[in-house]
Amino acid sequence: MYARLLRNFGANARCFATEASPKVRPISKILISNRGEIACRVIRTARKLGVRTVAVFSDPDEKSMHTQLADESYRVGEAASSASYLRGERILDIAKRSGAQAIHPGYGFLSESVEFAELCQREGIIFMGPPSSAIRDMGIKSTSKAIMAAAGVPIINGYHGDDQSDECLQREADKIGFPLMIKAVRGGGGKGMRIAEKPDDFLTALNSARTESEKSFGDSSVLLERYVRSPRHVEVQVFADQYGDAVYLWERDCSVQRRHQKIIEEAPAPGLSEDLRRELGEAAVRAAKAVGYVGAGTVEFILDKEDLSFHFMEMNTRLQVEHPITEMITGTDLVEWQIRIAAGEPLPLKQSEITRRGHAFEARIYAENPRGGFLPGAGPLRYLSTPQPSNNVRVETGVREGDEVSVHYDPMIAKLVVWGENRTQALNSLVARLGEYHISGLDTNINFLIDLASHPEFQLANVHTGFIDEQFDTLFPPIIISPQQVSQAALALVLNELQAAFRNGNKDQDPFVATPNARLNYSLVRRYDLKANEKVYSVAVKFDGEDMQIQVDNGDWQDAKVERVQDGSRLKIRANINSNVTTYNASIDGTSVSLFSESGKVDFEVGQPKFLSAQGDQLGAVGSRIVAPMPGILEKVLVKPGDKVKKGENLAVLIAMKMEHILKAPKDATIKSIGGAAGDNVAKGAAVITFVDEEVEK
Amino acid sequence: MIRLNWLFRSSSVLLRSQVRLLHVGDANVLHSEVDKQSAEYKENAREMASLVGDLRNFTSQVLKGGGQKAIERHTSRGKLLARERINLLLDKGSPFLELSALAGHELYGEEVVNSGGIVTGVGRVCGTECLVVANDATVKGGSYYPITVKKHLRAQEIAQENRLPCIYLVDSGGANLPRQADVFPDKLHFGRIFYNQANMSAQGIPQIAVVMGSCTAGGAYVPAMADESIIVKKQGTIFLAGPPLVKAATGEEVSAEDLGGADLHCKTSGVTDHYALDDEHALYLARQIVSNLNLSATNSYNDQLMHSSQVNFQTATPPSAVEEPRYDAEELYGIVGPNLTKSFDVREVIARIVDGSRFTEFKKLYGETLVCGFAKLYGHTVGIVGNNGVLFSESALKGAHFIQLCAQRKIPLVFLQNITGFMVGRDAEANGIAKNGAKMVTAVACANVPKFTVIIGGSYGAGNYGMCGRAYSPRFLYMWPNSRISVMGGTQAANVMAQITEDQRKRAGKEFSEEEAQKLKAPIVEMFEAEGSPYYSTARLWDDGIIDPANTRQILGLSLKAALNNAGQETKFGVFRM
Repeated sequence: MYARLLRNFGANARCFATEASPKVRPISKILISNRGEIACRVIRTARKLGVRTVAVFSDPDEKSMHTQLADESYRVGEAASSASYLRGERILDIAKRSGAQAIHPGYGFLSESVEFAELCQREGIIFMGPPSSAIRDMGIKSTSKAIMAAAGVPIINGYHGDDQSDECLQREADKIGFPLMIKAVRGGGGKGMRIAEKPDDFLTALNSARTESEKSFGDSSVLLERYVRSPRHVEVQVFADQYGDAVYLWERDCSVQRRHQKIIEEAPAPGLSEDLRRELGEAAVRAAKAVGYVGAGTVEFILDKEDLSFHFMEMNTRLQVEHPITEMITGTDLVEWQIRIAAGEPLPLKQSEITRRGHAFEARIYAENPRGGFLPGAGPLRYLSTPQPSNNVRVETGVREGDEVSVHYDPMIAKLVVWGENRTQALNSLVARLGEYHISGLDTNINFLIDLASHPEFQLANVHTGFIDEQFDTLFPPIIISPQQVSQAALALVLNELQAAFRNGNKDQDPFVATPNARLNYSLVRRYDLKANEKVYSVAVKFDGEDMQIQVDNGDWQDAKVERVQDGSRLKIRANINSNVTTYNASIDGTSVSLFSESGKVDFEVGQPKFLSAQGDQLGAVGSRIVAPMPGILEKVLVKPGDKVKKGENLAVLIAMKMEHILKAPKDATIKSIGGAAGDNVAKGAAVITFVDEEVEK
Repeated sequence: MIRLNWLFRSSSVLLRSQVRLLHVGDANVLHSEVDKQSAEYKENAREMASLVGDLRNFTSQVLKGGGQKAIERHTSRGKLLARERINLLLDKGSPFLELSALAGHELYGEEVVNSGGIVTGVGRVCGTECLVVANDATVKGGSYYPITVKKHLRAQEIAQENRLPCIYLVDSGGANLPRQADVFPDKLHFGRIFYNQANMSAQGIPQIAVVMGSCTAGGAYVPAMADESIIVKKQGTIFLAGPPLVKAATGEEVSAEDLGGADLHCKTSGVTDHYALDDEHALYLARQIVSNLNLSATNSYNDQLMHSSQVNFQTATPPSAVEEPRYDAEELYGIVGPNLTKSFDVREVIARIVDGSRFTEFKKLYGETLVCGFAKLYGHTVGIVGNNGVLFSESALKGAHFIQLCAQRKIPLVFLQNITGFMVGRDAEANGIAKNGAKMVTAVACANVPKFTVIIGGSYGAGNYGMCGRAYSPRFLYMWPNSRISVMGGTQAANVMAQITEDQRKRAGKEFSEEEAQKLKAPIVEMFEAEGSPYYSTARLWDDGIIDPANTRQILGLSLKAALNNAGQETKFGVFRM
């Protein structure tokens, strides 16, 4: 098996058995202690190398993509990560049972667990990551900073001492350098904070900070820190082998973040000189060597957007989510590198052989609601259509249409990775491909990613970590829905109805199907209420034989035709509205139409008969109720049937995506029933609390 | 021809008209000889288009029901209009074969009773063709005029003959009291509605009533005699006598709701089975009832798929198509025209109705004034009988022969009627035109297959009988707007009358001047002209509606599909006089 593995390395292979050291341990089977896209990603490379794969899965992942993709898969526990993907001893047990020689931890979960790395070491299973000591060293901030400083890697200096004398602070300030931030120890909200631009300003700023701090907090103690006005998040991909060699594979810029999480990354970082790139790379290699690093790692730096100075922030001792953009510009397969290095091989390439070509972007597609504070979501992927993968476009995902984005795990749906000859080309491609990523059933950030990637400042690479806050207004322009879009959505519904008729009729010989909506000597007008962005659009469609006319909100009647067309490998809708022909995609899901275009998705709610909502109340079957606003876990139920509650009273707590949602009483009422017990999973829209219907009771 | 872009049919029309080499597979395709550039064609087309325009105008008028005020009063109560109710009842996308929309047209002088105050027709509910009868309460409160009764009974007749489940959307004040004598007592009056309900139910034809308004007196029996009934909360009422009559009879004062509202009938009396919150809910419930009729079409139909399933346009299968006629149906305007004295080849009409314009003619060289042959309509084989002139003995014999073939093979028959009558004169009589014509009439009368008649031109005299006029119970009968129907032409009738008068005068030794003759003839011509009009006919329900010639194929197709729910039994013919 190992021989075959070696053969597969092909042209890249530099040296193998000749240097066979005692460290070489053939790997023919690996266990991936992870799920989702990264598990799938690792499986694919392993398969390419002829290495067999073992997946582990939690209960809800029994039919997940990674479970089915692997050669073997084993149940590891219940839904919660703590009961499954974080159970190191169980995973190790599965590794032994299945005969896997190595464990690939992916990212997250156990990937940076010192204990797990040690456990693997003890049990003789290869942990595909750095030695546990390196994880430990890098895991403690103060330790890592000290090691880095000793290795000559620039770090952010600061002074947190008790000596608050002017002399001491001045001395420390000069040591740290300028611009410099003076912060009240007890401070917050910008109070008691001053920036000293240059040494001359220091004492004035210090006194000002002290005064304000004293006034606000009754304490004048301050701390000092190097101030980075517009920091960029730049990180360097490094690789080290078991023989003390390390290389860097250039850098990535991950400055644009929301909720302290990256959403869009690019490689290389824009606007850096080749010298600076090399400096960053070499600093990263020094950092890796300083802790005896092995395998894939990422050294994160804060880069000052203005003066391009950089400082060590931390080292991530795992393969990062955004590793594909590095692969795209270097033409490497980093998972392959991981496997080879774990098997005891030396680094596949020397530093001088690691070239760089073009530009790559990664956009992370999340189940979340960007306009709702990026609140994470979950739910079914009712409709899913991705851009066509190619050499320059990668869709890294672990889900398929019909799968569920679970409340238990990270809500990332996919990573869209694109490559272009240069940044402009790559960015254009990113925007275009995002427009081809069609998902309905849950909220996603695709529209936001399109707006972000199209933003003029982003196009100019004026990125820094505060980018989203700074550009908030322009990143969330008011949603404008054109009559054209409303018509397109309505025509999708019409087409759907016609197709439903076709599906159900005897197509060949059924005039009831062949003459849709026919009326004798007049034209049927059907009305559709479509709600989007809190506005209801009233659409009328007049059927005249095979031609149609369409009218939005009593505007002009416009000629319309709609049909399905083949667009490459997929079918789309082609609509001709007032002689304007557009081709688009849409998905229809009972009560909603999702319309997809190059600028993203618009969801329309389709008006439903009144009796549906009235039914419960009027028939006395159920009273009014509170439904779960999103899928989650019922954390606490604070009331019981029969309780009388006041309007605004807390009734239950729902945990969804690690966020608490308190369900409050909408009115004074009496509790009739509770739709679950604490700890239960509840689906979106499920009735959590039902009230006694006062009217019926009276 | 597989047409993926089935919605853009116009583009394939262009393709069809291109000249191509004849292939043996196309040997049965009718070849059109129409000269579309001729002045006659253009004149015909213009005039027929104008007639169709009139038809659409009249139709748009009757769609207004009882007028703006009545509509406002009706809708302000949260009630839907009759045709809106039908649209919601039918499957999305289903056509609605509305019958006799112009019934009652200029029938009651000043009183406008649009569509006869009742909307009837065939549409598809949960995949099943159903007969829908919906009262239009905006028209005279939905009360039953004589024409309303006639239209209701005709709809029931269609349901019974074709075994179509009946759905009654009831919203009517009952019999029109001033006209009670023409509504109540006779065999084919009001009582027949319930007689039909009982007998259809007995035959296993489902009877479903949805009470969406008043349902008073006799009307109360519509839901009461239905297999299943639905009533709308605070809208529907059912009682044998309304509050005014109750007060008059017993002095009891009671509100309509308490006397016969939804709560009473669903909770106490059990007269109705299902409680609906509003019109839309009632129609939803009606669909649910149809979906549980356990008819084969219903069983294969997935209502969920229609309404709630998630659809993505990548997986749905495109429809496969029937072979459309090779010629554009609108060319019928230019071919036929309004002048009945000008003849046209009925094959040109057939070519614009049947699948692929394919027609396998029978006895083409014998009795040439009657064109008989087989064709397909949406894939179903039909026998077509069309007129190419007056019927001679040979034509009648050929017709009788062909109808026997169809009856034996259980092939539905389509009559394209454009007939001045059977040949008259000494030779014709000597050749036995009477007995030969009788053979054709016997064959038409007895053939126990679905029959369909379209009057595409004249319908005169015994020609009407031989070509399956109303009296011969075609399952559906339609007229084109250019057509005429009467015992003979107006001019002929006037001449006959003038001749008789002249003879009388002669016997009395009196003069009959040309002037007097003109005076006598003019009103006769005028009367025949008026009474021969398709609008006169359709107002009285002598037909099931006037149709746009260009829609003939589709309408015949829908009618055939509905009729195939009762494909017909063995035929036993009467004595053919030899």
